[in-house]
Amino acid sequence: MIAAGGDHDRIVITGIGLTAPNGNDLNEFRENLLACRSGVSRYEIRYVGETVAGVCNFDEFRYQKKKDVRRGTRAGSVAIYSAQEAVAAAGLDWPNIDKTRVGIYVGVTEHGNVETENEIFELKGFDYDTKFWSHHHNPRTVANNPAGEISLNLGVTGPHYTIGAACAAGNAGIIQGAQMLRLGECDVALAGGVSESVRTFGIFASFKSQGALASHADPTKASRPFDMDRTGIVVAEGGCMFVLERMADARARGAKIFGEVAGYAMNSDAHDFVLPYADRQAECVEAALRRARIRPEQIDIVSTHATGTGAGDAQECAALRRVFADSPTTYFNNAKSYLGHAMGAAGALELAGNLLAFEDRVCHPTINVDRLDPECALDGLVLNQPRELGRVDYILNNSFGMLGINSVVIVKRV
Amino acid sequence: MSPAEIKEVILDILGDIAPDEDLSELKDDVPLREQLELDSMDFLDIVMELRKRYRVQIPEDDYMELASMQSTVRYLEPLMRDIAPAKP
Repeated sequence: MIAAGGDHDRIVITGIGLTAPNGNDLNEFRENLLACRSGVSRYEIRYVGETVAGVCNFDEFRYQKKKDVRRGTRAGSVAIYSAQEAVAAAGLDWPNIDKTRVGIYVGVTEHGNVETENEIFELKGFDYDTKFWSHHHNPRTVANNPAGEISLNLGVTGPHYTIGAACAAGNAGIIQGAQMLRLGECDVALAGGVSESVRTFGIFASFKSQGALASHADPTKASRPFDMDRTGIVVAEGGCMFVLERMADARARGAKIFGEVAGYAMNSDAHDFVLPYADRQAECVEAALRRARIRPEQIDIVSTHATGTGAGDAQECAALRRVFADSPTTYFNNAKSYLGHAMGAAGALELAGNLLAFEDRVCHPTINVDRLDPECALDGLVLNQPRELGRVDYILNNSFGMLGINSVVIVKRV
Repeated sequence: MSPAEIKEVILDILGDIAPDEDLSELKDDVPLREQLELDSMDFLDIVMELRKRYRVQIPEDDYMELASMQSTVRYLEPLMRDIAPAKP
């Protein structure tokens, strides 16, 4: 039970740093979500050709030298930018923080595909002679790379690693950070998720082969969860890192608190490689509610995972219909309709996009729903324009992934 | 390639692998590592770029020859004498 202990066991969010296809800081991101501005654009990638994607335009050199960008990975740059922005937003006295007591926990859907594809592409020009294979390949493709790049950049000497959790990874990073704080393994957790997936043709090609890659003449309308005319997933990149601290520490230094991680859960479908499973998703949501010691009707906003595939959207709505059957003041939205699917960053970004609702009491909508799929017609679905709510005390964030991995995080207003 | 042309090649490679550095004041007879922020991975980049661009193979035992610009050019001169400079 997360909320059972005193302030020492309560984990709060004190900093948020992010880059999304429609915003490079929390306020810009929130403003664009409320203004219904998509970040999806036309995109071209080798072998696949013209498609659409959610691409970020943050300044890579704000926190990195040119040499470090060249040597590292895009995921590393996304992670560093997000982590640095989060630390700055948290108002931590960074030079005097004990870096041995900082932990870095970064959710990733995958890592290494981009770098491996690039290297093989390069090697083709040398007739596949491996003596032209780069010595940078291994440090770029080790699974801990994005977290490790943060540790190098910020001088963090506490633990760092990634959590490979498919598209449930953003939430998984937050959960790991909260758990490590409660275990006393660190005093500050930099936790969240990152994605560089728009740079691997393999992800686009695989979704295309699966019949699950979105297309639309207008890129901003390509990502359309819950809509009858959806055509699949829009691949996106991005990152979102949170500074997590114990409530007692945050209060002691007078930090601004964005919310408390009141509950969470992860479980597995044990059902299918790619198809989601409503029963297990519902169980995961229910487990998170139990841990937060609240009833479903106390949730004000559910940030859905829905990606714009028929099966995925319908299964999640079935799960939510089951859990929130008697929750007339629970509202549902979806940020992928603006961003595309930011993979390992998705869960963290989508949560961040909702957190300011604690202050402005507005639920951003799901955009691009012109013909609502009857299977997704949840009561309380906020469509195409923001909805003002009387108050927002609890936000529940869903994030699910392939191989049947489910993660749910509940954040409470403090 | 003449020694001057080889030096241009090395400066071009250094420009790629150390893009934050000012190479205009580089002294030929002082070790590169004393003038630039270079580590072992960067020296491997020099070796790799020479291999990729000019098919020049540098055995590991000879890596120490790349310590300064002067020693690098001296070492590469017989290996690159018959290689035409890349067209601009």
